[in-house]
Amino acid sequence: MKFGAVAALAMLLVAACGSTNPNTGNTLAPPPTANLKPPDKIGAGEGQLNLIAWEGYVDDSWAKAFTQQTGCVVNAKYAGSSDEMTSLMKDGGGGQYDMVSASGDADLRLIYGGDVKPMNEKLIPDYTNFQTYFKTPPYNTINGIHYGISLQWGPNVLLYNTTKFKIAPTSWSAVYDSSNKGIVTAYDYAITIADAALYLSKSQPSLGIKDPYELTKKQFDATVALLTQQRQLIKKYWGLASDEISQFQNGDAYIGAAWPYQTIQLKAAGAPVADTIPSEGATGWGDTWMLATKAPHPNCAYLWTAYVSTPQVQAAQALFFGETPVNTKACAQMDASSPGSCAQYHADAPGSYFDTIKFWKTPVTTCADGSQSCIPYDQWVSAWTAIKG
Amino acid sequence: MLLLTPPLAWFVVVYFASLVLLLVTAFWTTNPFTTQIVQFWNTDNFQRLINEPTYHAIIGRTVLIASLVTITDAVLAFPFAYFMARVASRRIQTLLFAAVLLPLWASYLARVYAWILILNHSGVLNWSMHLVGLPPANIGYTNIAMWIVFSYIWLPFMIIPTYAALERVPESLIEAATDLGARRWQTVRDVVLPLALPGVVAGSIFTFSLTLGDFITPILVGGAGSTLIGNVVYDNVGIANNVPFAAALATVPVAIMAVYLLIAQRLGAFRAL
Repeated sequence: MKFGAVAALAMLLVAACGSTNPNTGNTLAPPPTANLKPPDKIGAGEGQLNLIAWEGYVDDSWAKAFTQQTGCVVNAKYAGSSDEMTSLMKDGGGGQYDMVSASGDADLRLIYGGDVKPMNEKLIPDYTNFQTYFKTPPYNTINGIHYGISLQWGPNVLLYNTTKFKIAPTSWSAVYDSSNKGIVTAYDYAITIADAALYLSKSQPSLGIKDPYELTKKQFDATVALLTQQRQLIKKYWGLASDEISQFQNGDAYIGAAWPYQTIQLKAAGAPVADTIPSEGATGWGDTWMLATKAPHPNCAYLWTAYVSTPQVQAAQALFFGETPVNTKACAQMDASSPGSCAQYHADAPGSYFDTIKFWKTPVTTCADGSQSCIPYDQWVSAWTAIKG
Repeated sequence: MLLLTPPLAWFVVVYFASLVLLLVTAFWTTNPFTTQIVQFWNTDNFQRLINEPTYHAIIGRTVLIASLVTITDAVLAFPFAYFMARVASRRIQTLLFAAVLLPLWASYLARVYAWILILNHSGVLNWSMHLVGLPPANIGYTNIAMWIVFSYIWLPFMIIPTYAALERVPESLIEAATDLGARRWQTVRDVVLPLALPGVVAGSIFTFSLTLGDFITPILVGGAGSTLIGNVVYDNVGIANNVPFAAALATVPVAIMAVYLLIAQRLGAFRAL
């Protein structure tokens, strides 16, 4: 009885002192580190370099040679998601880490959170060889200031089983089609909402979706409704690349969004799969090495960024992880170690190719037209929880 | 008294302080954009829990699965523990004890993955059913799969307290019941079961609370629509970086367990531990 009374009182209190959050999360003010001047030249290395990276991004096959050349010993902390990277930078941002290999959906949060600072692209000799798009992508360059140097990218492709789908699907509608009930899979992450928004931008032009990361309430609700419908078709969402690989191997999924990495692994294991970029285009991820505001070893950080931008290292990492280098000179290196891989990964793609790919970025309240009507990321996360049920 | 101070201090600082911190954090908020914690006192997190049907469904599902797992384990564990405590010879008893504890030696993850191999589309279960001419069961990645795996994983935690309680039932009471003409089943029902109940309730504290807080099994064997409280907490800490909301949600299992323990205490579970 006593407990019941306490609980009732607590509920009453919650209902009584409701209030609204004073934070809006917009990008109207410039990033806090915008006025920090980057260095003009790289000094002597400090002997150490602490990185937060995706697994496979700091492999010994190229990190060892870097240490030999520069004397900077590389210590890597691997993170499993963009959000883990963001929280590591917040918690360890007080001078523990030097750099983070953040994806586009984490970048704006890091930039506007003041966790990273501008970098001088002139100190990276290979910068001039980058694909034009990746010199100033909107997820790491704001008002002409570079908060990091692009590294690698990849598209989110449509993966399918070739025995079930004899003809390659030409539209993302395949993953929303009720005739595929029970054989569809999707990435278990709030940013998947952008995939559905991209599809709706073409299939329902009346909604007026221009950018899948900038959705008004009406557009957002329509997208969430589509994904809620899609849940009935899905046996299991995948969180790790290896989950999706085993689903395709065991016949628990025949079609779904994937990274090129899964296709490569499944094909290597002899599974009958292929991937495609449907007519609506695709979302994608672009990774950036960003410099922590309180980085204790900035010289080693610049030396590292210059090193990983060279064609050799770019090609080695691309083949190791199954992604695409931003340095156009890496193409020849890729073909030298694995013939045909340059074209396979679209490393030789013309500029127009990048118009078909909508790169991950953090959804924020501020829309492109400057209005404050777009749905920010925290609402994406709660909507995603509701979609999964 | 002096000897008791270090463990008591540890208990207060590590255990109690973390719970208090959890409760305090639940009343803060985050900047939705940079996800930094803002120490602005409000009850928005709890309002979200109360107002959004998604969380009602998730909390309801979690409690339902935890209850089903507890009942299943109790039903499975009782005859087993009874046999161990009162029927089996000393030698067999030791062997059975080892058998019950054996799975605990292997990694939790390996045991859950083993179940994926059994339950998935091309797994052992469907393969065996095909062999005897039955249609495939297709229970991989469903709530049923989750229920089976949880029941399997937590079974030892139910068997051991039940066994301990059953072993403590004095032989003289059973003899007395037999002398008074009670049949075997009647003895079990009217004498052994009431005396062993605190053991079963003690075991249920483990099975219920462990299921209530788990998030790994739902990720691995659950399907779409298998989200439990633990998963939402995990998503909010690891993915959304919204620790205050995760803290608010984490108070729900704490409250549920508080009620559960109160009931368990009435049923005498703590005397059986």
